[in-house]
Amino acid sequence: MSEYTESGAAGSAVGQSPKRFFTFGGRAACGPFSLESGASLAEVTLAYETYGRLSEARDNAVYVAHALTGDSHAAGISPEDQKPGWWESMIGPGKGLDTDKYFVICANVLGGCMGSTGPGSTDPATGKPYGLSFPLVTIGDMVRAQRRLVDHLGVDRLLAVVGGSMGGMQVLEWAVRYPDRVAAAVPLATSARHTALHIAFHEVARQAILADPDWNGGDYYGRANPVHGLAVARMIGHITYLSDEAMRHKFGRKLQDKAEKSFSFDADFQVESYLRHQGQKFVDRFDANSFLYITRAADYFDLAEIHGQGSLAGAMAKAAADFLIVSFTSDWLYPTYQSKELLKALKKNGREASFAEIDAQWGHDAFLLPSPALAELIRGHLDKNLARVRAGKGAGNAL
Amino acid sequence: MRYDLQIVASWIEPGARVLDLGCGQGDLLDYLRGEKDARGMGIEIDGEKVQAGIGRGLSILQGDIGEEIKDYPKDMFDYVILSQTLQQVYDPLALIREMLRVGRMGIVSFPNFSHYRARLQLLFSGVAPTTRELPYQWYDTPNIRVITIRDFTRFCAAGGFTILKSAAIKTYYKEETGEALRLLPNLRASYGVFLLERGDRDRREIESGKSGEKPLF
Repeated sequence: MSEYTESGAAGSAVGQSPKRFFTFGGRAACGPFSLESGASLAEVTLAYETYGRLSEARDNAVYVAHALTGDSHAAGISPEDQKPGWWESMIGPGKGLDTDKYFVICANVLGGCMGSTGPGSTDPATGKPYGLSFPLVTIGDMVRAQRRLVDHLGVDRLLAVVGGSMGGMQVLEWAVRYPDRVAAAVPLATSARHTALHIAFHEVARQAILADPDWNGGDYYGRANPVHGLAVARMIGHITYLSDEAMRHKFGRKLQDKAEKSFSFDADFQVESYLRHQGQKFVDRFDANSFLYITRAADYFDLAEIHGQGSLAGAMAKAAADFLIVSFTSDWLYPTYQSKELLKALKKNGREASFAEIDAQWGHDAFLLPSPALAELIRGHLDKNLARVRAGKGAGNAL
Repeated sequence: MRYDLQIVASWIEPGARVLDLGCGQGDLLDYLRGEKDARGMGIEIDGEKVQAGIGRGLSILQGDIGEEIKDYPKDMFDYVILSQTLQQVYDPLALIREMLRVGRMGIVSFPNFSHYRARLQLLFSGVAPTTRELPYQWYDTPNIRVITIRDFTRFCAAGGFTILKSAAIKTYYKEETGEALRLLPNLRASYGVFLLERGDRDRREIESGKSGEKPLF
């Protein structure tokens, strides 16, 4: 998603937020971390940040799961590059995810490249980067690793797990896999499974990377990186994160820094220039192999298949969390009907749930952009669940 | 809270599970949560109202009541409430049957079109009546059904719904005070409120898990 495209020099109320690291597995003496594929990792490190304070009762922790290309830096100012977090508009004192009330945790996913273990990390067995020898990871593996981090932070039960797009898949996985450890679930702009359309876009993006000679079978660390392929992959993504309406408003047919068409293949149109710029910016912060692994994890995601023997209602029957499901009107990548399938599965199980479709013209990216409506929804849902947990009665989704 | 909602609330047992159809910002649900320790949910089509309702910590689904009610299992709720929306419902029979499937009881309230002021307007001025409760002109009204208390009573008999309680109330639109009427209710009441239960036919059908039996009319 378009994390950081909107980042400016604006100050952050959360203040400095240093990145921390948590390592488990081999040397940390709890054995290798086995993966759903059957492979295992000797050691796993997760990069994470936290905002706000964990209450004495440890009942106010909210896990924020990031999307495809996000990272642990959800809010605050990074001491490294002074950038605000990717969900700065939502997380902070008095915001939708109010850090005066809640203790917010966000970690880079397993397989990522922003400090967590991924294909660009050093394989302890060889002393070299894993590259393609890194095992495929799933959304389930990401969440299982996150659970270790949450354990490490001393949180038995999260008040909520919140996330959009691929972050929303992690929310669903958390709720179904660890029902007694999640009081509230907030999946945004997401789906219970990756559809053929989602997989198709990912496949084209991956092919762009695989076709770059610099990709070199995934073995490019310390050499020229497959920047062209990765940039094209990102450009494809950006098209899917916008909408027809957003593109017409933002670019139309306007030319970039010129009055006439060049009669060449230069970036004449603003939309071309925008996509090229996004592609260029992305290669500076993202690893091509991580992009391959993470998109694959999303493609393999199918909640019904993994947890419900093909039945989404069967999978959702395992979840005990109180759900707030949110979709956005112009999001054609994760359209409202996909959120409604989740809702329907909860209803069939006789579960309480909330659902809202927010009027937004920006396409899939809407969940990342400042939205008073989304902030109000999340605030209300978290406050309700915190009150229920503290009253010690009726937490969860059973009516 | 509106007087008709106060009547509705007075019929609800403490601790009940409630579904409010067309719940708006959830005033009734909020009241029932506070006063009756009820656990409730609402369905509302207006996005801003849904947002405000969820914002105050209620569970609300955005969508069409006729569609969204369908997926719940039987007897999920103790009460399903349809407050002042019946006159806008396209298929009232199907909706009320569905209400009495997912809920043990249903509560339906509606503005009474046979109030004497409406009758006098039609009689003396010869135009479609407009009142405080029904302020619309024929060309801009959202109300596609003209219902009176007597019509609804007949409808329940024909549809096989059991009326457990009913109230004919005199109150002004959106006012918090009013009175329950006994004398000439169909003439004097501005609103009718009914507590319904599924009749024998629907009970057999729902409990046997069969459906598809044709409605009585």
